[in-house]
Amino acid sequence: MRRRSLLTGAAATAAAASCAAVLSGCGSSAASGVPTLDFLSLAWQEESVKANKALVAQWNSAHPDVRVRYVQGSWDDVHDQLLTSFEGGAAPDIIHDEGNDLTDFGSGGYLADLTHLLPAAARGRIPSATWDMARFDGGLYGVPFLQEPRMLIANRTLLDQAGIGLPDAAKPWTWDEFEDIARELSRPGGSGERYGVAWPMSSPVSVTLNLSLTTGGRILYRKDDGGTEVRLDQADSAFAELVRRQVGTDSSAPASALGMGGGDTLPGFFAGRYAMLPLNLSYRQQIQQQAPAHFDWVTLPLPVGAGAPDGGRAQGVSPQTLSVSKGCGHKAEAAAFIDFMTQTGPLVELARGDWMAPTATEALRDPSLTTDKLGWSTGMSVAAHLVASPALGRRGYPEWSDKVATPALQRFFSGGIGLDSLRKKLVRDGNRVFDRYRT
Amino acid sequence: MSAAVPASEQAAPRPVPLPQPAPPRRKLGRRAGRTGQYAALLCYLVFLAFPLLWLVSTAFKSPRELGSVDPTWLPRHPTLGNFRTALDEQPLLHAALNSLLVAGAAALVSVAVAVPAAYAMVRFKGAVSRAGTGWVLVSQMFPLVLVIIPLFMVLKNLHLIDSRPGLVVVYVVWTLPFVLWMLQSYVRAVPVSLEEAAAIDGCGRLRTLRSVVLPLLAPGLVATLMFAFVTAWNEFFFALVLLKTPEKQTMSVILTHFTGAEGAADLGPLAAASLLATIPSLVFFALLQKRLVGGMLSGAVKG
Repeated sequence: MRRRSLLTGAAATAAAASCAAVLSGCGSSAASGVPTLDFLSLAWQEESVKANKALVAQWNSAHPDVRVRYVQGSWDDVHDQLLTSFEGGAAPDIIHDEGNDLTDFGSGGYLADLTHLLPAAARGRIPSATWDMARFDGGLYGVPFLQEPRMLIANRTLLDQAGIGLPDAAKPWTWDEFEDIARELSRPGGSGERYGVAWPMSSPVSVTLNLSLTTGGRILYRKDDGGTEVRLDQADSAFAELVRRQVGTDSSAPASALGMGGGDTLPGFFAGRYAMLPLNLSYRQQIQQQAPAHFDWVTLPLPVGAGAPDGGRAQGVSPQTLSVSKGCGHKAEAAAFIDFMTQTGPLVELARGDWMAPTATEALRDPSLTTDKLGWSTGMSVAAHLVASPALGRRGYPEWSDKVATPALQRFFSGGIGLDSLRKKLVRDGNRVFDRYRT
Repeated sequence: MSAAVPASEQAAPRPVPLPQPAPPRRKLGRRAGRTGQYAALLCYLVFLAFPLLWLVSTAFKSPRELGSVDPTWLPRHPTLGNFRTALDEQPLLHAALNSLLVAGAAALVSVAVAVPAAYAMVRFKGAVSRAGTGWVLVSQMFPLVLVIIPLFMVLKNLHLIDSRPGLVVVYVVWTLPFVLWMLQSYVRAVPVSLEEAAAIDGCGRLRTLRSVVLPLLAPGLVATLMFAFVTAWNEFFFALVLLKTPEKQTMSVILTHFTGAEGAADLGPLAAASLLATIPSLVFFALLQKRLVGGMLSGAVKG
């Protein structure tokens, strides 16, 4: 965060001097006169990289008048890399990023407004609620194309042994049922110590915000004047309280997992130490690759909050997006490439490569994604209910998240502070942060 | 006083006392001290070697073994699959060549610039020298993120974005202050009297620098070369931001292609690729360390 703040500050200082450079155009032309567009892709899994490269090759063979060059990027430092490139006027033309970054880059004037650049067919492919994930301040700054809900990955053997029936997407467990089941699956102490669930909370803020929607909360609310208000009422805090109860009171979730990333919990899951893991959909790839030969696992829908809107199925998500740099000299061609990449066939390829869910309605119904194998059909059913994360479009969110919410939630989950202190920190300190970003 | 001593006594050689064997207790204490030193050294070596050994171990483990809750030092079923995947998925060898060219050039240029500069700053004391030394210290305090955007824009105006020479220039600028600082201490250790002797023998300033000072600086040059090389070899952010063309990317950038969002990583291939990435640094060090140690033990200022 410190690094991001410093860089943002430096960027602001340099912004005035660099406007001309930013707008000078970045689509390069090869010696042949054919424009070449750089496509910065953040795909990293082998299958996904192959799918992206194949689609770029397909585009290039069908469009000899506009070439696209595949540039492999990395999620590491992508925000700083892009900010520097934007300021220097040498940004890639087509940018793969995620929804949270669009807020800064869109409002900073670095991305092209796609509202009138995309064909009507492209706009109709994706539900309007999903477009909201990339639309703010009256502009559309990216095309959401991949998203992943949080699922419950479970050790089927342990659940069967305990006589617990498996829920399906049509009738998921409620959070109350889930708490009871996690308690039932737990075996405290001794060499066979087992926890019903492990909560990997290396990113506690995004998990808490996104899953607070399942209990009817959202924590970050839009004010009438466009600003952000932090609230922590009963519906907002219900999910965080549940995690704390499981760790501190029920002992059905280990405190040691709170600092872990999703991948760190897998060895304990395979060893039967944790019976269930709430993980993003794409972790199925890693589980399939690393699970011991006869390990029986199953993908279940995440529990829902009884009485919440949409039956508690709505999770928040920050989708992966495709955007066009404002400095790109060939915006129409870049938008045409994005249109190509988000058509049903290519989108299904990309979703399969990344083990994620596509955003387009037609692609979500594709037979290769609705198969019962490896939890695909459950994932697609849950994905149909995804909505924009409360963090999206909230200016000041990175600062609030890093400086206020992360330490407060970490202390709350581990029992260091109570609900009142958490509320005080998130709301009082948080609103001060967001007030500074009001324009 | 000596006149009072009889002549026979004066002539007789005094018996030279033979070194007495240390008392057993002192000997024991010394041996225990030495053992303690070796034990401490061993602990330090284990501390230093642990990450590298774990990297080696991880590189030879299958995905299933990496997901085991009981990790072992020795892979249960060693495999070269991670190396195959890493080499198939990413242009590691090409990236290593890029890194080698960029880091090698940056190290040579920064040392070539720093040698005369360090000599002048040490030998010609004055306001400029003091200001230069101060600037070297101050320049170390700028965080990288503050300089990257202005630097990017300067390089763009010079048409050095997305070029390996541009990256070399950045690395030279980035490592130069510390290289200069390191070399100054080595230059200071060369006695001025040697240069004065050379001057009396008719050597000019340049000849003195070339024939007297430089050979004595050999260990310092090797140490600074190694520092500059390793710094440039490991550097990530400048390379990430400045190089766009995939064929020009360096090893540190390519390694991040094995990592995903929120800390997810393809651990086996990442470890295999990282292991391959450490080899050139180790070879470079192995080649130069003899020179580093040899230089310290030879020449006019030994001991």
